[in-house]
Amino acid sequence: MSAPLLKVTGLKKSYGAIQAVAGVSFEVMPGEIFGVIGPNGSGKTTMFNSVLGQITPDAGRIELNGSDITGLSPLQLNQRGVGRTFQTLQVFGKMTVRDNLIVAAQEHKGSMGSRMFAPSDSGLGPKADALIDQFRIGHVAGKKAGELSYGQQKLVDIAMAFMSEPDLVLLDEPCAGVNPSLVGGISGLLKALNRTRGSGGKHASFIVIEHNMDFVMDLCHRIMVMVEGTVMAIGTPAEIRGNKQVLDAYLGN
Amino acid sequence: MKKPILFGIVGLALLLAVPPFLKNYGIYLFSYWLVFVIANMGLNLTVGYAGQKSLGHAAFFGIGAYSVAILMKAGFSFWLGLPVAAVGCFVIGLGLGFPALRVQTIYLAFATLGFNTAIWLVMRNEEWLTGGTFGINNVGRPGFFGLELDSNLAYYYFVLAMTIVVAALLWGLLRSPWGKAFTALRDNPIRAESLGINIQAYTLLSFAIGAACAGVAGALFASLVQFVEPAPFGVGASIMMYLMVVVGGPGYFFGPLLGSAVGVLLPEWLRFAQAWYLFVFGSAVIVLMLWLPDGLLSIPDRIKARRASREASAARAASAKSLGGAQA
Repeated sequence: MSAPLLKVTGLKKSYGAIQAVAGVSFEVMPGEIFGVIGPNGSGKTTMFNSVLGQITPDAGRIELNGSDITGLSPLQLNQRGVGRTFQTLQVFGKMTVRDNLIVAAQEHKGSMGSRMFAPSDSGLGPKADALIDQFRIGHVAGKKAGELSYGQQKLVDIAMAFMSEPDLVLLDEPCAGVNPSLVGGISGLLKALNRTRGSGGKHASFIVIEHNMDFVMDLCHRIMVMVEGTVMAIGTPAEIRGNKQVLDAYLGN
Repeated sequence: MKKPILFGIVGLALLLAVPPFLKNYGIYLFSYWLVFVIANMGLNLTVGYAGQKSLGHAAFFGIGAYSVAILMKAGFSFWLGLPVAAVGCFVIGLGLGFPALRVQTIYLAFATLGFNTAIWLVMRNEEWLTGGTFGINNVGRPGFFGLELDSNLAYYYFVLAMTIVVAALLWGLLRSPWGKAFTALRDNPIRAESLGINIQAYTLLSFAIGAACAGVAGALFASLVQFVEPAPFGVGASIMMYLMVVVGGPGYFFGPLLGSAVGVLLPEWLRFAQAWYLFVFGSAVIVLMLWLPDGLLSIPDRIKARRASREASAARAASAKSLGGAQA
C-alpha cells in the first residue's frame, strides 16, 4: 500500500462553545475519490476549510505528501498542488469562459516578472481549449462567464479547478443547484478527470462533499460519514450503505 | 474589437489636428486635461482594475510636481526630474501600500487619506524645500533632443506623446497575464487566491504603478503651469481624481479620458454659471451616477445588453406563439 497523499490527524475547531470539528482523522490515497457526507452542521465545511487554509484549526495536523501543511494559506496550498471549488458559484463574471480557465493556471507559469511580458494567454490556450471541449462548453467559450446559465457556470467553475493539474482537488457540493440531467454529466467528467488530470497526467485525488447520495455512491471510492463533528464511519460505498449506525443517523430508511 | 481601434484613431487625429486652431488658453486646457488623463489612468489601474480604494492620488501627483520643480530649480534637467518623479512615487507607493494593503479596501482609503494630508502639510510647511505657500516659481520646460518645448503648442504635443507612451505601457500590462490577475482579484479575491494569484503582491503593485503614473503626470504638470504650490495637491484634489475615474468608467481603459474631461473641461464650460458652478457640477455628477453607476463608458455595454435582452424576449415570444399554434 502506497503512502497517503493527504493525511489529517486529530483535527479540531471550535467556534465559541460550539465544537464544529471534534477530532477528525482520515487519509486520502493518491488517485482516490474520497466522499464526505453527513447532515447539515456536522462539520464537513469546517473540516474542508481547515484543510484548504481558509481557517486555522485549533488542533491537529494536516500533511500533504508527508510534509506538514497545517495553517498554510490558500495561496501556498495552491502552489503545492491543492485545488478547490466552492459551494457557491465563484467564476469571474466579467471575463470570458476561456479567460476564466487561463487565469486559473497562469500563476503556475513562470515568475511574476516574466508574466508581465508573457503572451496574453500565457501559452495556456490549447490546454484551456482541451478542457472546454471535455466540458462541452465550446459554444460559450467566448462569452462572459457571468452571462451563462447556472449549470454552465457550474461547469466553468469545476473546470477552473483542474487547469493547473492539481494533485488534490476539494469539491464542495459540485451538484448543488444543478438539474438532474447535468448531475450524470458532472459525475462522468469527474471520473475522467480523476484518471488524467493530476500533475504530469497522473491520477488526481478528490475530496467531494455532496448531499446527492446516488452521485456520491456512484463516484466515490471511499466515503467518510461525519456526524456532530466526528467521524462515524469510513468505508467503501457498499460498506457505508450497509452500516446500520449510518443508516440510523443519516441515510434513513 | 474593431470599434475601439476606430475610435482611438479618430480621437488621436482630433488631438493632433485641433489644438493648432485654439487660442493659448484652449491649448493650455487640452494639456491640463491630458496631464489628468495620465494621472487618472494610473488611478484607474488601482481603483478600476484592481478594485482598491485610494484617496491619496493627488499626493503622488504633488510629489511628482515638486520633484521636477525642486530639481530644476537646483539646476538639474527635467529629464532627471521625470524619472525621479516616477520611480520615487513607485517606491513611496510600495512603502505606503505594504502595511495598508494587508487590510485592503476601506483601510487603504483611510491610510492614503492620511498620507495625503501629511504630504500636503510637508509641502506647505517645509519652506526650505518647497517654498511653502509661496511655492516654486518659474519652473522651466524641457527640451527634447534639441527641440525647444517652450511654446504652449509644442509642450502640448509633448504631453500628448507622453500620454500615448503611458497609455501604451498600461495597455501592454493589462493585456499581459497581469491584466487577468488584476481583474480576477477585483471580481473575487478569495477565488483568485485559491487559484494561486498572489493578491497582496498584485494589489500592492497596482497601487505603486498607479502612483508612478501620478508622479509622471505631476512632473508634466509642474512644467505646464510653471508654478508649483500646495493647493492643487490636497485631499480635495484626490477625491476629485477618484470622482473622475468613477465618472469615466472604472475598469474601462479609456474611462479616464472621458472622466478627466468631465472633471477638468466641464468646470470651464460651466463658468457662465459663476457662483452656481459647483452646484451645477455636483448635481450633474449625482444624476450621472444614478443613471450610470458604472460610468460614461458603460453606455455601449448597456446598449448591447438591452439589445440582447430585447432579442431574447422576441425569441421567447416567437416560441410561445409557435407553441400556442401547436396546441390549437
